[in-house]
Amino acid sequence: MSEAKTNETVHLTIDGREVDAPKGAMILDVARGMGIDVPSLCAHPGLEPFGACRLCVVEIQKPGWDDWYKQLVTSCLYPVEEGLKVWTDSDEVRQNRSVVLDLQMARVPESDYIRELGRQYGVEKTSYAERDTKDTCIMCTICVRACEAIGRSAIATLSRGPDKYVDVPNKDACIGCLVCASLCPTDAIPFTANDNGKRRIWDKEFDLVTDERTGEVLGTPEYLAHVQKRAEGNGLVWPETLKQESAKVKRYEYARKLSRVADVEDRLADEAK
Amino acid sequence: MISGNGKPFGSPQALLERAEAIRTERKAIKQEIRVCAGPGCIARGAKDIHKQFQSEIKSHAKELKAAGLELDATLSEKCTGCHGMCEAGPVVTLEPEGTFYTGVKPRDAKKIVEKTLLHDQLVDPLLYELGHQRGGGKAERYTDIPFYSLQVRVALRNVGVVDPTNFDDFLAEGGFKAFAKAVSEMTPEAVIDQVEESGLRGRGGAGFSTGRKWRGALRVKKDRVWLICNGDEGDPGAFMDRAIMEGDPYSVLEGMMIAAYALGATDAYIYVRHEYPLAVEHLQLAIDKLHTAGLLGDNILGTGMTLNIRISRGGGAFVCGESSALMRSLEGKVGEPRAKYVRSVEKGLHDEPTVLNNVETFTCVPAIIDKGAGWFASMGRDKSKGTKAFSLVGKVKHTGLIEVPMGRTLREIIYDIGGGIIDDRPFKAVQTGGPSGGCLPADKLDLPVDFDTLSRAGAMMGSGGMIVMDDHTCMVDVAKYFINFLIGESCGKCVPCREGLRQVYDLLDKITKGEGEDGDIEKIEKLCHTMEVASLCALGKSAPYPVTSTLKYFRDEYEEHIQNKVCRAGVCPSLIMYEINEDCTGCDICARHCPTEAITGIKKKMYTIDPEKCISCGICKSVCKFDAVDIKSGDKIVSRDAVA
Ligand SMILES: Cc1cc2nc3c(=O)[nH]c(=O)nc-3n(C[C@H](O)[C@H](O)[C@H](O)COP(=O)(O)O)c2cc1C
Ligand code: SF4
Ligand code: SF4
Ligand code: FES
Ligand code: FES
Repeated sequence: MSEAKTNETVHLTIDGREVDAPKGAMILDVARGMGIDVPSLCAHPGLEPFGACRLCVVEIQKPGWDDWYKQLVTSCLYPVEEGLKVWTDSDEVRQNRSVVLDLQMARVPESDYIRELGRQYGVEKTSYAERDTKDTCIMCTICVRACEAIGRSAIATLSRGPDKYVDVPNKDACIGCLVCASLCPTDAIPFTANDNGKRRIWDKEFDLVTDERTGEVLGTPEYLAHVQKRAEGNGLVWPETLKQESAKVKRYEYARKLSRVADVEDRLADEAK
Repeated sequence: MISGNGKPFGSPQALLERAEAIRTERKAIKQEIRVCAGPGCIARGAKDIHKQFQSEIKSHAKELKAAGLELDATLSEKCTGCHGMCEAGPVVTLEPEGTFYTGVKPRDAKKIVEKTLLHDQLVDPLLYELGHQRGGGKAERYTDIPFYSLQVRVALRNVGVVDPTNFDDFLAEGGFKAFAKAVSEMTPEAVIDQVEESGLRGRGGAGFSTGRKWRGALRVKKDRVWLICNGDEGDPGAFMDRAIMEGDPYSVLEGMMIAAYALGATDAYIYVRHEYPLAVEHLQLAIDKLHTAGLLGDNILGTGMTLNIRISRGGGAFVCGESSALMRSLEGKVGEPRAKYVRSVEKGLHDEPTVLNNVETFTCVPAIIDKGAGWFASMGRDKSKGTKAFSLVGKVKHTGLIEVPMGRTLREIIYDIGGGIIDDRPFKAVQTGGPSGGCLPADKLDLPVDFDTLSRAGAMMGSGGMIVMDDHTCMVDVAKYFINFLIGESCGKCVPCREGLRQVYDLLDKITKGEGEDGDIEKIEKLCHTMEVASLCALGKSAPYPVTSTLKYFRDEYEEHIQNKVCRAGVCPSLIMYEINEDCTGCDICARHCPTEAITGIKKKMYTIDPEKCISCGICKSVCKFDAVDIKSGDKIVSRDAVA
């Protein structure tokens, strides 16, 4: 822990631009901090890097390597190093991204999001055999990891290889927070946020609690109990604002909220020491 | 009896003295019967053979005594691990002569006792037929059989020799001599120096220098370092690690103990493949014995060293053998690989420094410490030192478990040790390195088998699987077969492996069905490249090798499938036709067996197959006694079994 807090930086070059970055930071975050657009599908700021979509690949060269030799690495997982040279948009990078997206397009022909990304890499139509399905899940597992991060672990990936899928083996643990569905990049998780005071997700129906003063939906009773318990467990009352925001089901707000949940908890943990 | 007086050994010296005492005691043994109780021979009744020997020895006790043979004093009878030549099993050997009996049945025990033990005569029908090798005839000893005489056994040194459940047996063969030497005469650094100097490289796949790996862990070690032995052996058809764990569990454990001493590790795991219950049983028995003998637990041999070794049953999937997946599995998580740019010697199990090595790797270590790095390094070639165990399978005459110095050529292994191709058909390819290895053609037969030569040729050492194929093998079909296997084994975490395998399979399937189009090969190549460079773990990275290697060496066969719709091996059902030739005697047997009634004719005259009705199942060909059914592909006869 103490190591991570040292202010050590390393010096590297990304796409010809020099930059100082904190030791331990990942190439993806550093590049994005410089305004470089590196695409990704399975990375999320509130979650540990996972390395599954392989879209964030970049080429690197370490000091001392032969001039011609470069290696393809996943930038979301690769920590910056002193003297590293990085290319985020070389031919090799673009070719592999296009194959990866081509494969994804064959997997989820119905996903507009993937189709649009594919287009950016010159893939208008997949060159492979399309799956005959309306399902748009690309197996990034953001949903699974998010559900675990908030302390529920209701959903999981089941099976292996091409047959792998996301399901809800632990239905009782689901609190209807919709974090999974709202973070899903391809809107693959069906849900109903509020249908006459009822919420549905993962084949489960929930009641909804509304704020008496404002009439705003606060969330399911299970969700509120969960949030409260976690806050109290940390010796604090959960910030009122966060509670109120919880009814909004918009992807990026949830994304931000999720990282804030992590932030708040980190702060609490530090203070407790 | 543990240390002679039932107490744990208090010092390395006490252990060595006990070993010496056992050896002296055993000098009296004039005859030893070794019944192979490896998996192959057990399946063919080895346990009954063992029981029958026991009862024959009992009932012949008087005569045997008169001949100077008394059970457990001058005569020993025991079950050992696999002798390696499983296809000829059940195998029984007699020492010290080295008499080698094959295809033994329980009732043969009587003959062996009466003829060989009592009258020094060989039981002729049980001797091994040399065939065309060494001028033919029968081999009296296993040293007369090229399959054995050309081997050098280091990792397999005790397999087939010791009774794996007998600690004394192991001590008598020099077991724990190396461990005693390490803890009493060598510093941990000196141990690592020896291992590094020996040139030992990991036998589990990647071939990383074992000494360097250990040194790397020592460098970052803070409080603790974990030690793991990888006994997952998920490669189908490979059984080197199984043979060692079942047949010589003490040697693996001794190797781990020496590593633990060198690294200061106090906790170790041995991760055993789910399907190996006998390995688990023998290892557990050995671990328990080592505890009572003062060789595991606290204050080992009075040196203050602490080590506990636990067995963990594998998760059952091929990918669980991959190091990071294995560690996740040990942590009780799903056995999925983790992308790692941080090496596991720094952050492995529980994010702590971890050394993971393969069973065969650990088993080589005691031999290196005992005989010296120079001895080990004197075998092998270039940057591949020592010996390597292989499982030789497929269309080769003598299949089985072998061990040779690195650098022997493929030809020596396949033709001299393996005896050549079954029915003397032409050799077509050998696949090395397990399911994601590569296929090498006939003009690579003289390549020396070592880590770097194999990878340069587009194949790999892997864990040491070797599958030999003859001219009846379609290389596109082979590639498809391995890709299909890998689809079932991919964990499904990353896109290139999960989706790429599915699509490569689809394309290969299309080609074998005669639906291949121009551009398919290029499409496959582009996909394989991305799988190789962009997959998360080594499974996905190496998964394209069966395809890229066959494309490299057998590209014309792919092209034939696509352009001419021809399968020259006569394998791909959609591209072949069955036709009856003039050797037909009109016996009617094929017509009776054909499931679609495609065959008609008049008895005693030539029959014909209606191509419209034929589904290319090949039943007619397999039932015809006159070789009168041909396989045709693109108007050419591609298979006529009688001609090579
Ligand atoms: C898909 C996959 C399966 C593997 N299976 C095994 C195995 O069954 N046994 C093994 O020892 N190594 C296996 N490996 C290699 C291990 O990851 C690791 O490199 C090896 O155990 C390290 O030991 P070594 O240095 O002694 O070879 C596998 C690797 C991959 C990618
Ligand atoms: S459902 Fe959505 S978030 Fe979950 S794995 Fe599939 S694509 Fe990713
Ligand atoms: S809605 Fe259920 S499954 Fe989805 S994140 Fe919340 S608790 Fe987990
Ligand atoms: S974002 Fe890096 S692999 Fe998905
Ligand atoms: S099991 Fe007996 S020789 Fe292999």
